[in-house]
Amino acid sequence: MTAVLAIGAAGPGVTLQDGGRHGYLRFGITAAGPMDPLMHATANRAAGNPLDATAIEISTGGITVGSEGGALGIALVAPGFRVALDGAALPGAVALTLEPGQSLAVRAGDAGSWGYLAVLGRLDVAPILGSTATHTRSALGGLDGRGLAAGDRLPVAEGRPGEDAPHSLAAPWLQRDGREIRVVLGPQDDYFAPDQIAAFLAGPWTVSPRGDRMACFLDGTPLTHAKGHDIVSDGVAMGAIQVPGNGLPIVLMADRQSTGGYPKIATVIGPDLGRLAQVRGGAEVRFRSVTVAEAVAARRAERAALGEPVAREPVVRTAFASDFLLGLNLVGGVIDGHA
Amino acid sequence: MSAVPDEPRILDAGEAALVVEFGSTVDPAISDRVLALDDALGADPPDGLRERVPTYRSLMLHYDPLVLDRDALAARVRSLAAAADARAATAILWTLPCCYDAPHGEDIAQVAERTGLSPDAVVSTHAEATYRVYMYGFAPGFAYLGGLPKALAVPRRASPRPPHPRNAVVIGGGLAAVATVPMPTGWYVIGATPARLYAPEREPSFFVGAGDLIRFEPVDAATFDALTAREAAGEPVARRGEAP
Repeated sequence: MTAVLAIGAAGPGVTLQDGGRHGYLRFGITAAGPMDPLMHATANRAAGNPLDATAIEISTGGITVGSEGGALGIALVAPGFRVALDGAALPGAVALTLEPGQSLAVRAGDAGSWGYLAVLGRLDVAPILGSTATHTRSALGGLDGRGLAAGDRLPVAEGRPGEDAPHSLAAPWLQRDGREIRVVLGPQDDYFAPDQIAAFLAGPWTVSPRGDRMACFLDGTPLTHAKGHDIVSDGVAMGAIQVPGNGLPIVLMADRQSTGGYPKIATVIGPDLGRLAQVRGGAEVRFRSVTVAEAVAARRAERAALGEPVAREPVVRTAFASDFLLGLNLVGGVIDGHA
Repeated sequence: MSAVPDEPRILDAGEAALVVEFGSTVDPAISDRVLALDDALGADPPDGLRERVPTYRSLMLHYDPLVLDRDALAARVRSLAAAADARAATAILWTLPCCYDAPHGEDIAQVAERTGLSPDAVVSTHAEATYRVYMYGFAPGFAYLGGLPKALAVPRRASPRPPHPRNAVVIGGGLAAVATVPMPTGWYVIGATPARLYAPEREPSFFVGAGDLIRFEPVDAATFDALTAREAAGEPVARRGEAP
């Protein structure tokens, strides 16, 4: 019997993502992939899947899912989100078995912009250009290149139940501080005078609420350019911080274009991309300059952490959170999205 | 033509990408250096090199720093750049059918007005030139082409026009392009090609490489429709030849 993960409701920005579509940047194809690669990999690790397997990326728009055709184990890693199984509150990071007829609701909570839901089994979605990652701007990947919506049914190959009772998941490496983001200066830091580099690093910068999978916009005291703000287009890495004519930095994220024509003052290091992605609009961040060697060491530490098992312990059931239930009743399947 | 430096600048774009910069302008000689290095690395890629992205004036190298050391990659790049000063590969010349007639060449009248050319002269000037594919970017399969005759060098629009159909042949900002995916654009749409430079379900999904040459062969609207049907049936309508 093939289990199906049924989408009861999905807010804007909820998409299928695997490790990303690699090998086609030279043809203008964006990698896409998870906004928080570490958390995505952690959900897959907890589900016993390859770290780059297809999972659902949950935005603050939230999602409601159920299982059809059989009991299905899932691993949800969405710290800071509000989670309930048939109305009973659960931790934001939890492994559980969805029985047919049960409903799991994930809603934005106090913190966090992105969470990940992996199934015990394989979300059976046809890859395109070698990947299931959804890039909505070019209508590529996922389900017809779009975000998930109510009524979608995702077949699960080799789906299997998990433990009988919900278990909370603990991954210490996800306890990250979003207030300080490490960067490597360049590649076009020579387009800025030293005092402007210093101003960039001093900050603080306020994360704008209008960010999305393509970019994180920053508000603060505008920077000035020493050599103009147009360059002949060159390649763009994920995490590149470009400074357009208005002097306000933009961090280019998973859905960025492959090339661009603004000077890039610095690049967020790989291990800090996820922690920046998780920062909510309105919060402040600062940037700290590190060397390439320091960034590689941070990457190595992150890789080692993912080699550790995700600790789990049974959830101690507490009383139902009445305000939470009330909130669920009020929304009645309709989701409050971004902004 | 600007001078091409002997030694490329190697710049870090974080800890997992290098920018190998041969210049700061759009120049065929700089592009040749970029593509020569791209070819050389592609022929014998070091372990851990993930993607190579050629642009007008630089080659971006995405790498896994846990497999490939930054300084080792930089040293490899320097030695290859010094050895490969000219591109060994012969450029491929693609002939793409192009319909400039209504409804495809929807912005030709505007280009005529801005250039002072007649609409027919806009078409013949565009169709007589040979273009060089400098790079892809902006959108899947969006090919930036150099070689647009100066008479057609109109600036890009101040504000974007509504989305164009698939595989639009466009000009703007002194460049030409084939815009595969419908999007709002600041370029002028002067025609359409039935050839699909980008078809994700096809193998290969892309057939035109950076450094290749392109000519546009005018066809009427009825021929365009017939060729579109052939292309959809899996019969490629772009013709491949060798550069003169």
